[in-house]
Amino acid sequence: MEKPQIWVFIEQRGGVLHEVGLELLGKARELAAASGGTVAALLLGANLASLAPRVIAHGADMVLMGEHPLLEPYRLLPYTAVLARACREYHPDILLFGATSLGMELAPRLAARLNTGLSAHCLELRLDADGHLLQMVPGWGGGVVATIKCPERRPQMATVMPGVMKKRKPSQRSGEIINLDLGADLDLSGPRVMEVYREGPKETPLELAEVVVAGGFGIGGKEGWQLLQELAGLLGGAVGATRPPVDEGWAAEEQMIGQSGKTIRPRLYIGVGISGMSQHVVGMDGSEVVVAINSDPKAPIFAVADICLVGDFREIIPPLLEEIRRRLGRNKMN
Amino acid sequence: MERGIVCVKPVPDPKAWDRLRLDPVTKTLIREGIPWAINPLDKHALEAALEIKDAYGTEVVILSMAPSAAQPVLREALSMGADRAVLLSDQGFAGSDTLATSRILAAGIRRLKPFDLIFCGNYTLDSSTAQVPSQIAELLGIPNIMHVTKMEFLETRRLAVTQKIEQGYAKLEAEPPLLLSFTKEANKPRYTTFLEILAAEKRELSLWSNADLQLDPAFIGLKGSPTQMADLLVQPKTRQGLKLEGSPREMAQGLAEKLHQLGLI
Repeated sequence: MEKPQIWVFIEQRGGVLHEVGLELLGKARELAAASGGTVAALLLGANLASLAPRVIAHGADMVLMGEHPLLEPYRLLPYTAVLARACREYHPDILLFGATSLGMELAPRLAARLNTGLSAHCLELRLDADGHLLQMVPGWGGGVVATIKCPERRPQMATVMPGVMKKRKPSQRSGEIINLDLGADLDLSGPRVMEVYREGPKETPLELAEVVVAGGFGIGGKEGWQLLQELAGLLGGAVGATRPPVDEGWAAEEQMIGQSGKTIRPRLYIGVGISGMSQHVVGMDGSEVVVAINSDPKAPIFAVADICLVGDFREIIPPLLEEIRRRLGRNKMN
Repeated sequence: MERGIVCVKPVPDPKAWDRLRLDPVTKTLIREGIPWAINPLDKHALEAALEIKDAYGTEVVILSMAPSAAQPVLREALSMGADRAVLLSDQGFAGSDTLATSRILAAGIRRLKPFDLIFCGNYTLDSSTAQVPSQIAELLGIPNIMHVTKMEFLETRRLAVTQKIEQGYAKLEAEPPLLLSFTKEANKPRYTTFLEILAAEKRELSLWSNADLQLDPAFIGLKGSPTQMADLLVQPKTRQGLKLEGSPREMAQGLAEKLHQLGLI
């Protein structure tokens, strides 16, 4: 098996690294350890010098830097052009992207330009005996995992949702910084960015929360939803949802867990009024401990739960809140 | 704005998903008896196109790649107000991954030239890869924008487009030709009426096979797909499945005790 070059695209906007890039470096290091390969981080934008040490500390042997004032803010066509040029020059074997809004737009466009394969939302990545990247993706319709390979084309490209891989603790390591050749002219065609605006920081983002309380259609309305918020608040966690509560307007789109939403791996997941369709389960099955509360004893969620409570959540959650408050010693404050 | 093309994917009706089964031998999904439906986000793409049609009289063409059995889905899309539909259907298209699928759709779009805008849903409910919109645009050599929540014309050929990003939005400006993929936030798809369903029966629905597209068989279908499915595993169930008994209060106390034992509270 040849020693593969493993590349990770590191997303940054305005000098702020997206965590998913560091998480992917953690996985890339595992792949490199298994194969004797090297890990390179791709960093595009303006003023990147201060970001490179952090990327190296999280596992990159090399930082390939595409630095240019016109590469900030992110624009799809210039980014595609710079990355395609780098791939054609260095021939990476593997190229990983976070499945963020940016990665979901950029990775497929680059894969099409390089005429190579791309898998989406991988849950796990491994190398087989021939050095092919095995890409485990959620398959729908019955809790299945499909293993995807790209045997003939290079690089083997894959996207991974934030929160799926674990980043390593930063360590003292040295790494090389290489400035990418951006070519004589940057491709500056395509849409122009007029403004980027962020809403203020909200509660802990779902994919980073250690505890997630998720609700389904069985919650029945905004009133029941408040109980979930109270429970999540008490446990210092976040509230997630299946698709129906989002469609009903009880929860926001960002709260959706599952195949078309977020993938979470909290220490504790509490699913309330959730039937447990596979489209949701693929997004939460990596949770450490799964608790299910549902009045229907036949709900499929119980088949993927560690602790099962059959009953009406309206009768279970209030005494649960009481009990947890008592144990947390907060009962006097309420 | 002369012509807009809306890419629509027929997907197995989400209401019937619990009836989908895996064939243990061929490791493919058994879709028999599951009705087709329009991929929900594609309705938002169609609505965006129809709003432009309402304002500027733009011709709206539906384009789809699917087995010919999915024709009722295209009729449904026509009944929302599109002018005509093209279904790309060929045995040779079967097994296409996202890149091969994008090649086929891009070839269909080239045959529908000239066009100004292409409208897609941001992702499909069944495979959810969200890769096809960017790949079609790349293969056509035109720009694209994903995660669109809003679009409006600033001038005849200049658009302002709002894109959802993490914890915020980006505002972009762009000119046609352009491919946009829409989120649910973008609009509320219109309902169809009985009269429109009748009218849609009379609209043109063309079936194009690869005899019309003339794509090299080496670049489409299973053979033309760079990615391959190596294996399909039913996820093993490793959860404890411990059932707590008693009254709601007893169950709540039991759960708190368990969470405490596990070091979670």
